[in-house]
Amino acid sequence: MERPLTQHIPASGAALHIKEYEAVGGYTALRKVLQEFTPAEVTARVKDADLKGRGGAGFSTGMKWSFVPMNVSGPKYLVANADEMEPGTFKDRWLLEGNPHQLLEGMIISAYAIQATQAFVFLRWAYKDAAREMNKAIADAYAAGYLGKNILGKNYSLEMQLHTGVGRYMCGEETALLNSLEGKRAIPRAKPPFPQVSGLFGKPTIVNNVETLSFIPHIMNNGGDWFKSLSHTADGGTKIYGVSGQVNNPGAWELPMGVTMRELLEEHAGGMKNGFRFRGALPGGASTDFLTDAHMDVKMDFAGVAAAGSRLGTGTMVVLDDHTCPVGFVHNLEHFFAQESCGFCTPCREGLPWTEKILYALEQGHGTYADLDQLDMHTKLLGPGNTFCALAPGAMEPLQSALKYFREDFEQHIKEKKCPYAHHSH
Amino acid sequence: MLSDTEIAQITHELQQVPVKKAACIEALKIVQQERRWVSDESIEDIASLLDMSTAEVDSVATFYNLIFRRPVGRHVILLCDSISCYVMGYTKIQNKLMELLHIKYGQSTDDGRFTLLPNACLGTCDHAPALMIDNDLYRDLKEEELEKILKKYE
Amino acid sequence: MPIIHIDNKPYEVKEGKNLLEACLSLGLNLPYFCWHPALGSVGACRQCAVKVFKDEDDKKGRIVMSCMEPVKDNLRMSVDDSDAKSFREHVIGWLMTNHPHDCAVCDEGGSCHLQDMTVMTGHAYRDYRFTKRTYSNQYLGPFLNHEMNRCIQCYRCVRFYKDFAGGKDLDVFAAHNHVYFGRQQDGTLESEFSGNLAEICPTGVFTDKTLKEHYTRKWDMTSAPSVCQGCGLGCNIIAGERYGTVRQITNRFNGDVNGYFLCDRGRYGYEFVNSKDRIKAPMVRHSPAEGSNGIPLMQHIRSKIVSKKVIGIGSPRASLESNFVLKQLVGADNFYLGVSAADHSLVSLALKILQQGPVRAASLQEAAAADAVLILGEDVTNTAPMLALSVRQAVRRIPVEQAINNVHVPAWQDAAVREAVQDSKGPLYILNVLETKLDELAKGAYHTAPDNIARIGFGVSHLLSDKMPEVTGMSDQGKAIAQEIATTLKNAKNPLIIAGYGSGSEAVIKAAANVAWALHDLGIDAMLTFTVPECNSMGLEMLGGHRLDTAMDQVLHDAVDTAIILENDLYRRLNHHTANHFFKSIKDIILLDHLYNPTAEKATVLLPAGTFAESDGTLVNNESRAQRFFQVFTPGTDVQESWRWLLQAGVATGNASLAGLVHLDDVVSAIARTCKVFAGIDTLTPGAGFRIAGQKIPREPHRYSGRTAMQADVNVSEPKPPEDSDTALSFTMEGYRGTPPSAMIPFFWSPGWNSVQSVNKFQVETGGALRDGNPGKRLIAPNVNGHTPFFTQVPEPFLPLAGHLLLVPLHHIYGSEELSVHTPGIAERMPAPYIMLHSEDAKRFQVAEGYLLHFIENGHHYTLPVIINDTLQQGAAGIPVGLPNMEIAEAPQLIKI
Ligand SMILES: Cc1cc2nc3c(=O)[nH]c(=O)nc-3n(C[C@H](O)[C@H](O)[C@H](O)COP(=O)(O)O)c2cc1C
Ligand code: SF4
Ligand code: FES
Repeated sequence: MERPLTQHIPASGAALHIKEYEAVGGYTALRKVLQEFTPAEVTARVKDADLKGRGGAGFSTGMKWSFVPMNVSGPKYLVANADEMEPGTFKDRWLLEGNPHQLLEGMIISAYAIQATQAFVFLRWAYKDAAREMNKAIADAYAAGYLGKNILGKNYSLEMQLHTGVGRYMCGEETALLNSLEGKRAIPRAKPPFPQVSGLFGKPTIVNNVETLSFIPHIMNNGGDWFKSLSHTADGGTKIYGVSGQVNNPGAWELPMGVTMRELLEEHAGGMKNGFRFRGALPGGASTDFLTDAHMDVKMDFAGVAAAGSRLGTGTMVVLDDHTCPVGFVHNLEHFFAQESCGFCTPCREGLPWTEKILYALEQGHGTYADLDQLDMHTKLLGPGNTFCALAPGAMEPLQSALKYFREDFEQHIKEKKCPYAHHSH
Repeated sequence: MLSDTEIAQITHELQQVPVKKAACIEALKIVQQERRWVSDESIEDIASLLDMSTAEVDSVATFYNLIFRRPVGRHVILLCDSISCYVMGYTKIQNKLMELLHIKYGQSTDDGRFTLLPNACLGTCDHAPALMIDNDLYRDLKEEELEKILKKYE
Repeated sequence: MPIIHIDNKPYEVKEGKNLLEACLSLGLNLPYFCWHPALGSVGACRQCAVKVFKDEDDKKGRIVMSCMEPVKDNLRMSVDDSDAKSFREHVIGWLMTNHPHDCAVCDEGGSCHLQDMTVMTGHAYRDYRFTKRTYSNQYLGPFLNHEMNRCIQCYRCVRFYKDFAGGKDLDVFAAHNHVYFGRQQDGTLESEFSGNLAEICPTGVFTDKTLKEHYTRKWDMTSAPSVCQGCGLGCNIIAGERYGTVRQITNRFNGDVNGYFLCDRGRYGYEFVNSKDRIKAPMVRHSPAEGSNGIPLMQHIRSKIVSKKVIGIGSPRASLESNFVLKQLVGADNFYLGVSAADHSLVSLALKILQQGPVRAASLQEAAAADAVLILGEDVTNTAPMLALSVRQAVRRIPVEQAINNVHVPAWQDAAVREAVQDSKGPLYILNVLETKLDELAKGAYHTAPDNIARIGFGVSHLLSDKMPEVTGMSDQGKAIAQEIATTLKNAKNPLIIAGYGSGSEAVIKAAANVAWALHDLGIDAMLTFTVPECNSMGLEMLGGHRLDTAMDQVLHDAVDTAIILENDLYRRLNHHTANHFFKSIKDIILLDHLYNPTAEKATVLLPAGTFAESDGTLVNNESRAQRFFQVFTPGTDVQESWRWLLQAGVATGNASLAGLVHLDDVVSAIARTCKVFAGIDTLTPGAGFRIAGQKIPREPHRYSGRTAMQADVNVSEPKPPEDSDTALSFTMEGYRGTPPSAMIPFFWSPGWNSVQSVNKFQVETGGALRDGNPGKRLIAPNVNGHTPFFTQVPEPFLPLAGHLLLVPLHHIYGSEELSVHTPGIAERMPAPYIMLHSEDAKRFQVAEGYLLHFIENGHHYTLPVIINDTLQQGAAGIPVGLPNMEIAEAPQLIKI
């Protein structure tokens, strides 16, 4: 089984430094690209590989790049989205801490493809080790001539900067991220215009996820067919999956795209801990719909999870066990989303705190049946298109599916006027 | 007044950005790094250095939850309260911390040693529950370890 | 034009609009909050949701925000769709979760956009059962009240204040449902346009504090369309009255002039009308007129006028009608313009340039569309505030056009356009004696003495056309500046040159004309704006009369017995000595005015003249636009229009030229008939006989309350309402309920639209002109066919002179205007008298900030505290003009220290 992204990362998780990275073939792709590829050919190859973005939405990366206007002068930007703040998600951390040069090489090649003049890594504040490693890696890459003026003596120059954030989940949303990089409040922007046309400082900009960008050197070296062959399904490549919750072996693994939920949970996560029963899981972070027992054989790729009524999202799964109250679980999520709403659009700013308050009332035994209607209503009203960005629709995914799969738990709270879970921690 | 080192660092950041305003968050970080929090006076100082209005700088500062606009203790404890830590029982850690420190969320200990804040996902969900004190991450937390951990901070 | 299908009906709509604008322009009711016609769309509130369908077969459709969706040919949408309707209702539901439901005690109640939209969506029941979040409020100064709990987070306030008007001290703080709109700390809002927040805010967060002092619901006010008296720009206002006092000024949309906004002097400067210093009854020698030996007032006046040597002194703050009648009464030979020597020269020069030259005067909206601006010697924020708002829009024109082309977004996509524009600005150059607020927008701002400004201006015109005189001895820096400006203007399509009374320098005005004319000769569509000091400065100048200083000569030759002074305080026009001398030398002074002032002290006969609120009349603004203002209320005292007093005097004296003139229409037609320059002003509004469906247009809304009881303390039976025999407006609730002619809109209201947002019901399209055209008529057309005149006299350069200072006038939005300072809020923000020096000059004269500097000008002693400002030209001294405690000193003028 090939694990292109993580195979060279030592088990300790310690970072691969520049010499080690070069020793395992690092920066050969960049060398090759600068020698043999036009920017358009790079984009074409990525398109050919059908690489889908690993930031959550699964949009075709090559397609995204192709929207960048190529015959305009002035600055263009490439940004690696390393904000990773989706609760339950810890996959990019592994790549950032373990193989920073792989990301840099991917970024340089991607930047070349769109002829960017400047690149940024937007890193969340909490990843202190990653910040240290990235800073070192950037300095080393400059020293080795992979960054700066005339990279590897060729007619392409690129500056690279690390920006660490100061909190707020919204910074992960690509347009809010750009506002934050401009030193502003992380409020999302209207689309159109898309960042590819008017992004950072109003200039053409590409934002890609860390995992997405880390694939680029491998795709350039090995081609699209190779990339597709890594996968079990039609969505190409490997994927970093993760599992957290009451399982025996929580963690993250690079696996062929399309492993089943069962495989993930049982083989890799080692099954549920003793005394805990699986009730459901958010397959790809906090803003995805629950999957349940019935979905154990769902293939975890973009199409497969979507067919099961959820989203692959970040591919890192949070498991709900039978000791944890589903209402409390969802309350925790809605509390997070309400707190992290930027406050720009009405449904999100006012609707999320409302759902949070209802869920809290239910947990406290003060819930009513009308509350459930109100929750149902919100899951419909805060849908995509109704709100300004995808935060609120994402927030509704776990809620709507919890109302569907765990309705009796909600009703029990109302009937018994208390939370029926004598949970160990509540 | 900003110190010379703060001014030097902010000036350095200014050289990296196409417009002065874009260095606003960096400037806030620099000041907080030096002073642990950002006072009204610092907001004014940053504003004048970046040709911004104080309102504009504060508008940015108050948006981000990790810019502290009130004094904090010498060490800030950020306890993850997001979903994986919830499932793994962070509330026990929370209760224990509050008991040890005699403070609630948002408060500082009388001796100015610690400030306790809840925080969204720390990105280490496979090792929940987790917390951060200053730059140090603690994972797979047990209530019993807390006392020892706190001892490390003066 | 594209066709869109709304609820299966086809409509022809305008290209380039969004769906919300299209619907509103069609007269459909669609609720919204964050969108504003002048601010564009950002899609924040989600109130304007509609459904759009892919094609005829798509039955499901998807919800979109109509303000964010461009019009497309054949687009199918639904306003009535049940999902869209339900979503819109829920948006109100969300907004109401934290809104305090305090309409009964809220100043906005009854004119609240949030109330209107709530009713429009049908949201009536509260589902939210939790506690509300609460905020604390801020002290924001004398003009605005702050009540944050009412906020619905539409972001309009910051978008207007900061993005549109360039304000720095209002912003949004915090995040999620704690976002807070206000200042960083309590304090007075600094922007000169802050008062617009009261109209921009769709609910009661920002409300008019002066209204609160004498609160009245919108529906309980008697209102009339009026014109601002605050400066020479002639912004359109609505003034509202109850119980004999003016309660509030609001914007009256005029798509050519002020658009949706007003400045704070204009909005808040009205309280002089209610002042305790008002002259309420005729006085003869300081006693009530009826007490003067039983001689009836008019007989008294007759005795002062008939067979005596009488002169009349007109006023730039009085209506055309009043000035005209005075001129007729005393005869053209005896009519003097009651303005200072400097103002007279400056305004007559500006008028001559506009009448004889080929370049047109820009309206405020045309100015806002200029693609390059050159300001010569003017601090427009203080001399013509709304022009500053226009300049702020003008500097965005080129970058916005570029953004639209590069990024392919429509102009109304406000956030996207601003993002693409970033900080880039179109060309603006400012030459002024010291820094101005607009300097921050300028490509170049240079601070130098008026003569040097004129020289650079002349230099620019010479670079543009060698017909223009050459400037010799120009410094290298001056040459470089002139070159930069000339190159920029040459590349513009619609450059605007601004100058005016601000610098007090004729040379600067001439230089401005030369630049504009040189551009015109190059085939460039240039525009000129000359600021003028007062609301009818231009009208008075067009009417014509002798200079005030020549009246002094007459007086000295003993040729004058009586002077009739119209709405004027000559102590603001002449220096103290001259004025004293003038009054000492004349036997009788008849003064018509509003407020007791130093001139009133000298009057033999004092007649209570109606202010704008108690009068009908016409004003001509700086671009020669004649505009009618209407009486708001009948004062119930002897106060009446000056022109009416003077007509009565005409009857008493048997004046033939005034024979038969009784009503407004009579006077207006007489003006139109006898003065060619005013041809057409009799068509500004329909006359007094105008009726719609046999009815007059009511000044009071049909919801007006308490009419039968209002006068109960005087008489228990309801008095007959006052009649308006001058205009087609009535002082009652009864009358025509539909849309009045656009020049006669007493208040904006439409069924379901109680707030100011109802303006859209009066426009041909949202943001467009009023239904039957924007009110007003420009009296001067550029003389495009004549040859381009130009000025040849280039002034000598100014150089600081030992032992001397050049006094230069400094104007203040709060303080320099005579009447508005009688408003407590304006007075609070007015500076104390001062003299401003460059620090080098302060050193030279051994003074420092706060020290008192003494000098003598024209035999008069001045002692003023020093303020240091190093942007001021060295060798010059700035003095504030027009402040109540600041006696006049002619400026610019060289004085000895
Ligand atoms: C509220 C919100 C938070 C997001 N956070 C992240 C994040 O932390 N990291 C990330 O890569 N993408 C995040 N995204 C998705 C990004 O907007 C964007 O789609 C992604 O960075 C594109 O990268 P990709 O094409 O490589 O997937 C977030 C989206 C939303 C709506
Ligand atoms: S204060 Fe008024 S204008 Fe500002 S966001 Fe709130 S409701 Fe809107
Ligand atoms: S008016 Fe359309 S979203 Fe606010």
